[in-house]
Parts: sequence; C-alpha cells; structure tokens
Amino acid sequence: MDSQTIEQITKMVIETLSEQQQHDTKPMISIRNPSEPFRDNSSLSSNGFIPIQEIAPKEFFEDFDEKYANARRKTPARIGIGRSGPRPLTKSLLKFRLDHAAAVDSVYGEVDASLLEKLGFFTIQTKVENDKETYILRPDLGRKLTQHAKDLLLSRCMIQPQVQIIASNGLSAKAINANLENVYLSLVQSLESLQLAMGTPFYIEQGRVGLMDDIGEVLKPTVVIYLIGERPGLVTAESMSAYICYQPRHGTIESDRTVVSNIHQGGIPPVEAGAFLGTIIEKILRYEASGIKLVEKEG
Amino acid sequence: MNLSTSLGGIVYRFHHLKEVFAKANELKSGDILAGLAAETVQERIAAKVVLSELLLKEIRNHPLIPMEEDEVSRIIDGDLNEVVYNEIQNWTVAELREYILRSDVQNAELRRLSKGLTSEMIAAVAKLMSNLDLIHAANKIEIITTCNITIGQKGTLASRLQPNHPTDNLDGILESLKEGLSYGVGDAVIGINPVDDSVESVKRILEGTKEFMNEWKVPTQNCVLAHITTQMKAIRKGAPADMIFQSIAGTEKANRSFGISAELIREADELMKKQSTSAGPNTFYFETGQGSELSADAHYDIDQMTLESRNYGFARHFNPFIVNTVVGFIGPEYLYDSKQVIRAGLEDHFMGKLHGIPMGVDICYTNHIKADQNDNENLGVLLATAGVNFIIAAPLGDDVMLNYQSMSYHDIATLQETFNRKPSPAFYDWLVQMGIYENGRLSARAGDLTIFER
Repeated sequence: MDSQTIEQITKMVIETLSEQQQHDTKPMISIRNPSEPFRDNSSLSSNGFIPIQEIAPKEFFEDFDEKYANARRKTPARIGIGRSGPRPLTKSLLKFRLDHAAAVDSVYGEVDASLLEKLGFFTIQTKVENDKETYILRPDLGRKLTQHAKDLLLSRCMIQPQVQIIASNGLSAKAINANLENVYLSLVQSLESLQLAMGTPFYIEQGRVGLMDDIGEVLKPTVVIYLIGERPGLVTAESMSAYICYQPRHGTIESDRTVVSNIHQGGIPPVEAGAFLGTIIEKILRYEASGIKLVEKEG
Repeated sequence: MNLSTSLGGIVYRFHHLKEVFAKANELKSGDILAGLAAETVQERIAAKVVLSELLLKEIRNHPLIPMEEDEVSRIIDGDLNEVVYNEIQNWTVAELREYILRSDVQNAELRRLSKGLTSEMIAAVAKLMSNLDLIHAANKIEIITTCNITIGQKGTLASRLQPNHPTDNLDGILESLKEGLSYGVGDAVIGINPVDDSVESVKRILEGTKEFMNEWKVPTQNCVLAHITTQMKAIRKGAPADMIFQSIAGTEKANRSFGISAELIREADELMKKQSTSAGPNTFYFETGQGSELSADAHYDIDQMTLESRNYGFARHFNPFIVNTVVGFIGPEYLYDSKQVIRAGLEDHFMGKLHGIPMGVDICYTNHIKADQNDNENLGVLLATAGVNFIIAAPLGDDVMLNYQSMSYHDIATLQETFNRKPSPAFYDWLVQMGIYENGRLSARAGDLTIFER
C-alpha cells in the first residue's frame, strides 16, 4: 500500500470511530490521553477506564488464498500460508501458537472411567503411582508393575492367553477417550473372525511401552497388543499407537515390537484400525515373530 | 591417572573415568535418570577440573567399554590415525581445548587433528567448553559431502525437506514438498518418515518423490526413513533410493535394540554401491540423539553425551552424506527443558564436526517438554552461526505425522537471509532458474506452491 492509501484508510477509520462515539453511550474502545488526570466521572469504572462494551467476540480463524484450497485438501500440513519477507503471516503464527497451547494443555488428562467400565477394562497402576512429573522423569518406573498390580493380574486375568489386549493413557488420555472404543470393538470382531483367542483386557494408568515385558512375565501371553496415547501434536491430541509384540518378556528389544501409529480420525480411522491390527496379529502368530524379526522372516 | 582434586580445601575423589566423564557434564535430566549426574554444582566443576588434567593417552588406554565387549569401541579405536595420535597423546584435555580454539588453527589443522581423536576424547574436550566455545570451534570446520549434489560449503546452509503425512498419502506429501521447494528448502534431502514401515509403502514413496524430482529436475536426493532392512528390501525390488537411512546408537547393544549392527550397515553399503540411484560416493543418512542408549538399557553407566559422541565415531566409519541429531525429540526425561536442549544441540553439532562428519540438526521439541517455538528459533540462530551443515524443516515447523515441532520452511529462508547463507550451489542455481530466488534471496514468486502445477 502506498502512503496515500494508508492516509485515506486512517481517515476513514477515525471518521467511523467518531461517528460511533456520537451514537453509542459506551464507546467500543477506551481512549485516554495519558497526560490528562483522571476526572471524577461516574461512567468510569473503579480502575479509571471506561468499561468496554460487551459484544460477542469474533471467532479467531486463519484465512487462506483460494488458489491453495486444492493443495490444502490433500494434507493437514500448514501449507499455502503465504509470507511477509521470509516470515509467516501474523494469523498463521498466532494459529500455530494457539494449537501448541492446546497441545500443551492436553498432555496427560483423565481417561473417562465410564468408558473403561463399558468396555470391561479394569485398572492397574505402574510404579509411577499416578504422578505426572514422576511419569515424565522416570520412564523406568512406568515400565514396572506394582506388586499390587501383579497380584491383581494373577487373580483377574486369563493366564497364557493367545492375544492379550491392554491400553494406557501414556501421554494423552484424549487418545484413549476418542479411539479406544472403536479400535477395541473392531479389533475384537477381527480376532473373533480370525478365530484367535483373547485374554482379559485391562487399562494401565501411566504406562510406558516397555511395561508390556513386565506384563508378559506375569501373564505369559503369546502376543500382546498395547494401545497407548501418543504425545499430543498440534493437529491432533487424539493420536493413538498400537505396539504389538510376540512373547514380550524381560530383555525384549525395541526393534522386536511392531508399531502402528497415527490411529485417529485424520490418520488411520479407529473403526478400520481393528481389522488392520487383527491381520497383523495373525501374521505375527503365523511367523512367531514381530518387529524387524517379522520383516526378516516374511522375506 | 589422577582422579582427585582439592578445591578450596574440599577434596573431591572420583572412582573411575566414567564417573569423571558423567559428572563433568552440564546438567541433564537423562544423567540424573541414569544416576550418574554430579550431586552438587561444585562437584560438577571438580569433575571438569580433574578431566581437564587427564592426558589423551589415559583416555585411550582406559576404554569406557572394553574392545572385546563392543564393536563400536573397536571401530572407533581401529579408525584412529596413529601418527596424529602419537603427536598429541601427551596433551591434557585442557591443552586440546586451547589448541582447538587457537586463531592459527583452522579447518585444515582441525581436520587433521580429528583423525587422531577418539570419540571419548572429543566428548571430554566438549565437556570443558562453553556454549560459545562450541559455536566458535565448530564454525571453523568445513565438511563437504556429495550424493547427487555437493553440500556443506562455507557460506551455505542446506536443509532437509520433511513433507510427512499422517497416512503417507502421496499427493499430500507432494503438496508439502512443493511448498518447501518454493521456499528454497530441500537441498540436503527430501526425506519422508513413513507411517507404514512396509516394503511396498517405502517403495511407493521413493518412486513418487523420484518421479517429481525427475519431472522438475530438482538437484537433490530422496530418502524414506524406514528401518534399513525395509529400505534394503525395497531397493532390491527396484525402488529408486539416492540414500539409505538408519538411526544409530553409541553401543553395540543399543544398536542391536535398533535391529542393526556394523555388519548390516556394511551390507547396506555394498547394496548402495550397486543399486543406489545417486552419484555418490556418500549414500548414508544417519540420525542420532542423546539418551537413546539409556532408553534401550544399553548405556554401561556412561553419560548420554559421551555415548552420543560414540555415535559419531560409528558414523564416520561409513562416510555418510548427512548425519543429524534429533535433539529435542526424546523428551524431558533426557533433556528437561530448552536450556538443556540448546546445550545438547551445540555439543552434538561440535562433536560431530570434530569427528569430521557432515553434521546437521533437527532442532525440535515435543509438547510435553518445557520449550516452545521461540526456544527452537534461538537454537536455530546459534547453530546457523556455528556453521551447521543442514537443518530439518516441516511446514510451519509442525510435523503432522510425528507430532512434534521442528524448524519451518520460513525459518530456513529467514536464517539464510539474516546470516547471508545460500542454499547449496547446484540447488541454488536451480532455484534461480525456477525463479524462486532473485538477487540472492527469495523472489516475489517464492512461497507459492502452485508454480509446480502444469
């Protein structure tokens, strides 16, 4: 914009504002000359400012050039967002910060107890014993069951099941709240149609992936499938992963786990995930291997 | 070997070299997690004092992991140039630091010195260095490598374009790729992390990216960051790969937990010689990051920074095209906040460069660590001044598949413009031809992905 245009716009804005001031008893914005002392005026609030009129705020949104609409439909990535010099535009920057703020606020969270009850999952604790800071700083504790949890598993679970399904909030309870029901129900259906036998499912408060080895030692399952909330991202805080392992026991190495990540509405749809996971489990049982060992055996 | 000192009348005694190495580190949550960190701030300084007086030969002669137990130890020691080592073996670590910082010691001297240093010696000297030491020294070193194009020249800043997609949708990947190219990003590699780590999926993405590169004559290299075994299978089935990727670690045991060994990497090297689509000779892409050995319970009570240095000793054996540390990805249990991430980023970059490897950084953070995009930008500025070979970038820094934040396409262009760095020469020429660059910076046309639509 040239300076003449800017001047014109500024003039228009000032005119509009002064018109509004004439019509409204309460102006939309309070303007005070800082050099002026406060006057005793009953229309001023106790802190000296004229109260701002209460109007419904406009919802913040990021707008895009129509020419990028086609590209933007193909990916949730922040593309076609433009720039000023080499820097992003203000709205894009603020939208990014807003989404980061939401992701930070949704780390951990609480899993809906009624959901677990409905699906028949009982709850056990790891040695983290439900403390967020401990969960973050002591991954080793999130990989171990408490003695009480071990006793509970032995008293309530089928021993040596073919397929053991377990779930944990991990870093995002939202992932469990949003996906567990659909994934679990479609997985059960898939396993039944493949004629695979399931053990007793349960939920773990603040478990780490490696906890499946400790569980493997107690229950001796052939395969464990572990549904766990991923770190919240900016596009979604609802992403869940499934770690599947053939005979997880102490000493199992990470590359022997098969992982399916990005289970959420915008990724692998939860209702379709069950069938997909079922076929992987079937393959793991057939080859008696998971992770890189499975890739090697498959040839 | 003297492992004690007296500071202000207080005597500090350390029991073994591992303890001195660990306690001399700047504070890291991962060293606390491993039970190795200094108990007090003063004990940390005492360990630095003891370390500064150790001789380089004492470090070599007391291996932290014995040769017979660990192939990474054997590779590091076996690659040493004995002539250079003999010249410097009686230096203290303090003398090594001061030599590195001398004004008459520049790239040629440091590249020669590098051949006589083990990863442990490099870690030791970095423990004595301040952040600005690490920046200043790293910036003297120039590591140039060639795959399809040549990168790493002084005055350049290359980048990895990371157009990940939550379902590996190829059209979506390509749109994000176009956006990145329109900002001048992607000369180090167009690298995709796949959701589906299957041979077919890897092959499909390699083919899709290669086709795009051929159509637009983009002078760069492609790579799909699946497990190396999967990539090898895809390549054997004819997938067009310019480079082959693998995450590596600093101990044989940790590498095993990643499903790799030196033998497997050598096998991949042979395969790439015969079947890569690139010119070479550098066809490896390795990723590292402090804390992975502890995470795999394969750390032998060694601190995470020293183990990270051993990653680079392992990497240099295979002459990689690019190596990067993924410095903020592992989480707050290893690097607690932005201060620790920034320190680790500067350490890793310096240690990599002193090993003679083409070091880049994925400057990043997850949403459960005490950091935000401003912290990321800070480290970006520090590493640009330190002469980092390349930086990773995703659309506005938001990786929609890995769910973490890195640098953005905009950030790469901004660092280049602010610090007067150019993309790599061959890529730069292409950007000018495409009208994306003009007068040494982004043109009016830049930032518009539709320029890649016919």
